[in-house]
Amino acid sequence: MCIAVPGKVVEIDGNEAMVEFEGVKRKIRIDFLDDVEIGDYVLNHVGQAIQVLPEEEAEERLKIFREYLDSYEEKAKQE
Amino acid sequence: MDSKKGLAKKFSEKIDEHCPENGVKALHVCGTHEQSILKHGLRSILPNRVRLKMGPGCPVCVTPSKEIDEAIWLAENGVTIATFGDMLRVPGTEKSLFDARSEGNDIKMVYSIEEALDLSKKVDELVFFGIGFETTAPSNAAAILNNPPENFSILSSHRLIPPAMDALLNIDGVDFDGFIAPGHVSTIIGTDDYHAYPNQYDMPVVVSGFEALDILYAILKLIEQINQNQPSVDNAYERAVKEEGNPKALEMMETVFKKTDADWRGIGTIPNSGLRIRDEYSEYNAREKYHIEVENSRDIHPGCMCHLILTARGKPTDCGLFSTQCTPQNPRGPCMVSREGECNIWYKYGGKK
Repeated sequence: MCIAVPGKVVEIDGNEAMVEFEGVKRKIRIDFLDDVEIGDYVLNHVGQAIQVLPEEEAEERLKIFREYLDSYEEKAKQE
Repeated sequence: MDSKKGLAKKFSEKIDEHCPENGVKALHVCGTHEQSILKHGLRSILPNRVRLKMGPGCPVCVTPSKEIDEAIWLAENGVTIATFGDMLRVPGTEKSLFDARSEGNDIKMVYSIEEALDLSKKVDELVFFGIGFETTAPSNAAAILNNPPENFSILSSHRLIPPAMDALLNIDGVDFDGFIAPGHVSTIIGTDDYHAYPNQYDMPVVVSGFEALDILYAILKLIEQINQNQPSVDNAYERAVKEEGNPKALEMMETVFKKTDADWRGIGTIPNSGLRIRDEYSEYNAREKYHIEVENSRDIHPGCMCHLILTARGKPTDCGLFSTQCTPQNPRGPCMVSREGECNIWYKYGGKK
């Protein structure tokens, strides 16, 4: 029910956008998003975009995890 | 440079190293989290003293029989019902919407409210049976604000997550040390509502995404809070969740819906945990438009343990009906019906712990 899938905006027409999900295009609504632009990544839930996602590379996230794990020891010493 | 697998291993080692001796019980309230936990076998890579529990995280499962009965009454009185596929097999008091459909009533499965609006052009009267948490409710608010056709209305059966989290903190026998808060609900509502848990109950909260690493990251952050004895609200899904949530979606929800006390299957009435359509929009409120008459309803059928499973007081394998008399093909209780129900997920992925 609360599954939301990221996709890339390829067309915008008023409150509707054509969004590409891994090669499949679907028309979804963008009522809740201001300033959404072509090329943005949005999170789609039951036909509504609920958030614009930062264009974060997967590698960038893994870096956050690595840094957190590496810094954990430092923090743990203060426990 | 660690691959995802390497990172998962590192996370599980760190969790093992830092998890308190007496263990940690993390409670999440989201079917999508449970799917990810089982699909990636997270329970098996975590030490036994880390327990991941699921609360009422499936809107289909917590919809009480009475509301299913209302939808069936409408269908039996000539109205076309449109709803999400998962709702069809949920047991009402006597039957499900699926049973009602096989008796010749017009019940359609849709993927979004937009599809239901399209359908309304082809039928006399259409009611969209609108279920879901805060992730879903704004779409229905937007549809009402976009002037839908006169023959269209909504049977509002929404539920709100923070009141359910409050309820879990106040039910005897629900035992946990911290919340893993649902990522997509939080995308809409933000993180403000969660501060009551650390402030009033000393209960840590970590908002989590849905990939295996997201969940492991959230568990380690929860352990960090517990070890430092500094319960707070930690957002571990920053890429989608902002502190203020999605203001536009919240505003539309507030415009169309008013909070109301609501019944949750397996839990009972939770104050201000449901959404009713405001009087200004009563023409789109199926309960105002039609005089629905339903008799006494029954939520939990004999032998079914869904009420304990929905409140994290039991797990699917504790139930005598699980996987023998109660299967996804022949569900006896609501948790086996939906793809987001705990029993259904455990059946599919063979959950044991």
